[in-house]
Amino acid sequence: MKSVAELEEIRKKTLEKISLRTNADGYRVVVGMATCGIAAGARPVMTAFVEELSKRNISNSNVTMTGCIGVCRLEPVVDVIEPNGNKVTYVNMTPEKAVRVVAEHIINGRACLEYTISYEDKK
Amino acid sequence: MQIYRAHILVCGGTGCVSSNSERIMSEFEAQLNNNNLQSEVKVVKTGCFGLCAKGPIIIVYPEGCMYTMVKVEDIKEIVEEHLLKGRIVKRLLEGSDKDQNEDASLDSTEFFKKQMRIALRNCGVINPEVIEEYIAFDGYKALAKVLTEMTPEEVVNTVKSSGLRGRGGGGFPTGTKWDFTAKAKDDQKYVACNADEGDPGAFMDRSVLEGDPHSLLEAMAIAGYAIGANQGYIYVRAEYPIAVKRLNIAISQAREYGLLGKNIFGTDFSFDIEIRLGAGAFVCGEETALLTSIEGRRGEPRPRPPFPAIKGLWNKPTLLNNVETYANIPQIILKGAEWFAGIGTEKSKGTKVFAVGGNINNTGLVEVPMGTTLKEVVYDIGGGIPNGKKFKAAQTGGPSGGCIPASHIDTPIEYDTLIQLGSMMGSGGLIVMDEDTCMVDIAKFFLEFTVDESCGKCPPCRIGTKRMLEILERITEGKGCEEDLTKLEILAKNIKAAALCGLGQTAPNPVLSTMKYFKDEYLAHVNDKKCPAGVCKSMMQYVISAERCKSCGICAKACPVGCISGEKKVPYVIDNDKCVKCGACMEKCPFKAVFKNV
Repeated sequence: MKSVAELEEIRKKTLEKISLRTNADGYRVVVGMATCGIAAGARPVMTAFVEELSKRNISNSNVTMTGCIGVCRLEPVVDVIEPNGNKVTYVNMTPEKAVRVVAEHIINGRACLEYTISYEDKK
Repeated sequence: MQIYRAHILVCGGTGCVSSNSERIMSEFEAQLNNNNLQSEVKVVKTGCFGLCAKGPIIIVYPEGCMYTMVKVEDIKEIVEEHLLKGRIVKRLLEGSDKDQNEDASLDSTEFFKKQMRIALRNCGVINPEVIEEYIAFDGYKALAKVLTEMTPEEVVNTVKSSGLRGRGGGGFPTGTKWDFTAKAKDDQKYVACNADEGDPGAFMDRSVLEGDPHSLLEAMAIAGYAIGANQGYIYVRAEYPIAVKRLNIAISQAREYGLLGKNIFGTDFSFDIEIRLGAGAFVCGEETALLTSIEGRRGEPRPRPPFPAIKGLWNKPTLLNNVETYANIPQIILKGAEWFAGIGTEKSKGTKVFAVGGNINNTGLVEVPMGTTLKEVVYDIGGGIPNGKKFKAAQTGGPSGGCIPASHIDTPIEYDTLIQLGSMMGSGGLIVMDEDTCMVDIAKFFLEFTVDESCGKCPPCRIGTKRMLEILERITEGKGCEEDLTKLEILAKNIKAAALCGLGQTAPNPVLSTMKYFKDEYLAHVNDKKCPAGVCKSMMQYVISAERCKSCGICAKACPVGCISGEKKVPYVIDNDKCVKCGACMEKCPFKAVFKNV
């Protein structure tokens, strides 16, 4: 260890890896992973979220699972909860859509409206 | 960078390891692989969470939910339900209202609510075998701060004004000790750590060593800078194999990163640490005996002065502190002396870790601000006494301490109040005793321990404690007289005044304090030949209630000496001449018909 800066660098890097254990102040991605969700392909969607977040070094957000919320016909369903508590529900998700949600919503703060449940309802 | 969506923290402290946490970890790995989750979920070994009574303990993040008393068979369910489907396994959650408590996070449990963790801050949070995780939680930042921004005098003054006192037993102001050693003039000085935790029932230091070994290394390096030493020794008991292993890993990682060794942080400060293993002698927790043992000689105390701060290891000035004391140092440096001095009471600053054991529901480790009352520790954090029994007394300070009776349960726990009560803070063992405890027997137990552990160098301790024990044995056998109590008191006072080291000087404390608060029990033993708690075997008898006995004969089968006889429809009887008072009949009787007659 030659300098304090070196220490700080290790600190930041590791903190990102273990940020799950500290209180995350970023987005929470909640993937519906009941039987209906899994059958509709929720697992690749969730993996896509995890991979995309790692790729882009977004460590203050986390991905968790939940059960069925009842709209099985629209699975895979993913809730993205913003730091301010707002919740956006995405439906009929795919890994490709997941990548876009990370880029547009989680990074740039603009929800992808055309994937949301309200958009789907209006169709 | 690999980001996991969940971390499973499994306690790897001695308590949980003995209840199979290592197999639980490997089972987690296996089940995660089965379900193809190994790249999403990470299993992390961590230090003690403190709730040892309910181990093995597992915490799953990001939810932060705590599973207790987990068995290997439960792992499949946790993986398949919680990690695969996101459904928390409620039946394994800690906390009473398991039904509604969806996010049963740690801080909301009764056990953690009133705690404040400074020395244990990283235990159960980081993986103790990964230095980067320690660094992530501000590890070695305090060392960087003192080396680059502070002079040694400033460090000593910070410790001084924080009001930190030694956590090993004596409660000597730490800053003053640092100051003495810093001012001692010599070409070579040493920093030593007392990790020879020997009190029966105490395991605070072990948890720090196992859960957060780097905090100790960092603090010792800071101490080295403050007093002008370049070499440190950790004296740890060989009976703590996990702690020794993790310390070794920590030292080699710190050396690899250049956090120990030459020119740390590019400054001209160099510091290294070596481990010395103790062979399990209680007296080696005494500072002069410990230093003698580090030197490779027989661990026996020597008279003080000269104090170690002037003449310690190899006659060089040596700073010796206890593990928990050191564990507070990095936080004091980072957050400031005022912050630390703002916690606790006027004369006792900061927090204290207690190993709570005995007749209590939540056996384990708790860290509370000084001044927390005994009642809060026993009832709020400790969960009260099992089986609805009454609280009788708490023993603090182990074989050097004394008892606090129920009448003083509202006493705030701090150095001076405990001494006023005839007990002491000690290293932090806190043994809770319920109404079925015989105080004479407890005093005898601790005295047996000190008689065993007396090194034999000075006669007051070697012969005096032995004589005291003989008197106590006489009393518990129902052969004592009132004069014995006076003799005990005189002997105790003489030993306290004349013994060479702390071991002998404090050995009579358990007897004196029980005699102070429970004199009636001693009198019952010597005058009425009765043990009110029904513990002392020679003074009690087992009897079968003729009314309750259903003549099932189970007691007779359980009796190892065949002293119970009877036949159908006639109540069974115990032949008290043959009875060895093992209590097997009482334990086995389905109708609770066997009683102790005291």
